Amino acid sequence: MDKVELTEQQKKARRSRSVALGIVLAVLAVLFYVVTIIKVGPGIFNRPM
Amino acid sequence: MAMTNEHDALTASASVAVTDGDAGDFFALLKPRVMSLVVFTALVGMLMAPGQIHPVIGFIAILSIAVGGGASGALNMWYDADIDVMMGRTAKRPIPAGRVSAETTLAFGLFLSVFSVATLGLMVNWLSAGLLAFTIFFYAVVYTMWLKRSTPQNIVIGGAAGAFPPIIGWACVTNSISLESIALFAIIFLWTPAHFWALALFKSEDYGRAGIPMLPNVAGERATKNQIVLYAVLTAISGVVPTIMGFAGLAYGVVAAILGAAFIWYSVQVWRMPDGDQKMVPAKKMFAYSLLYLFVIFTALLVDALAPKLMALVA
Repeated sequence: MDKVELTEQQKKARRSRSVALGIVLAVLAVLFYVVTIIKVGPGIFNRPM
Repeated sequence: MAMTNEHDALTASASVAVTDGDAGDFFALLKPRVMSLVVFTALVGMLMAPGQIHPVIGFIAILSIAVGGGASGALNMWYDADIDVMMGRTAKRPIPAGRVSAETTLAFGLFLSVFSVATLGLMVNWLSAGLLAFTIFFYAVVYTMWLKRSTPQNIVIGGAAGAFPPIIGWACVTNSISLESIALFAIIFLWTPAHFWALALFKSEDYGRAGIPMLPNVAGERATKNQIVLYAVLTAISGVVPTIMGFAGLAYGVVAAILGAAFIWYSVQVWRMPDGDQKMVPAKKMFAYSLLYLFVIFTALLVDALAPKLMALVA
């Protein structure tokens, strides 16, 4: 089994990608939530269970 | 499969593919400068269109168009990596520089293409999503894979890809394609050859080394200069069409006429440049002015469209 030792540069790049991906996912979650409210309307909260 | 020492063991082989690219490299794959032009022209199309769009939906639409444009840029960089490495202008891009692999770029571009089109379709309308999908296909397949390496008219036809954003922005609001949005398309479509051929003149050695049949390399400088003047005239005419058609005001028409006259003047300076000129100063000036021209024309269209609405709000 090979194990890859990441260089400092690669670790730094991976951290940068992870942070960017996290931010993008968080923004998308908020956007999709807001768009759902806009498209379906606030009535979505009043649905019978 | 290789693994990092921070992950649990699976099977591993000797092949190691750890990307060195950071978030900035992936952003660079989207061609942010091209993307900014796409965003701006799509926004103008959206704001000029008759009708209304919810600001958040409008924001999602612009974001989807931007990501779709970026995705086509990534697909372009994936396919063109072999020639990008030969040209000074493109050699520092993430793939030729060795920071991101071609396979990763392909996956990135394909994912963003599907994601942006699906988002636009589900949240705005399917006409604009279809137009975005066609734009990505046109840029990545028709232009990049086919025309770019096979004909000196590559950017004349391929320029259509860059001209679609205002039509998409318009369609986001109206769910239709109209003569007005086609007029906006025409401005960018006719502007593209003069813009790119000015660049191709002073970068002809780069293009020649990469074996791309740009017009200066195939037909020569003189023929290119003639074509630049022709397209500059056509661009200047297309610039005033919105006023002639009546969907932009007289003030815009005057601004567009002046900008168009200057565009022709710059093209004539290129035309008068001696063949074999090494510094190519007029071509460089024409290239810089062409960017300014498109930005100011679309800003003027935006101001023309928004001014009456803002005046009404104030009154």
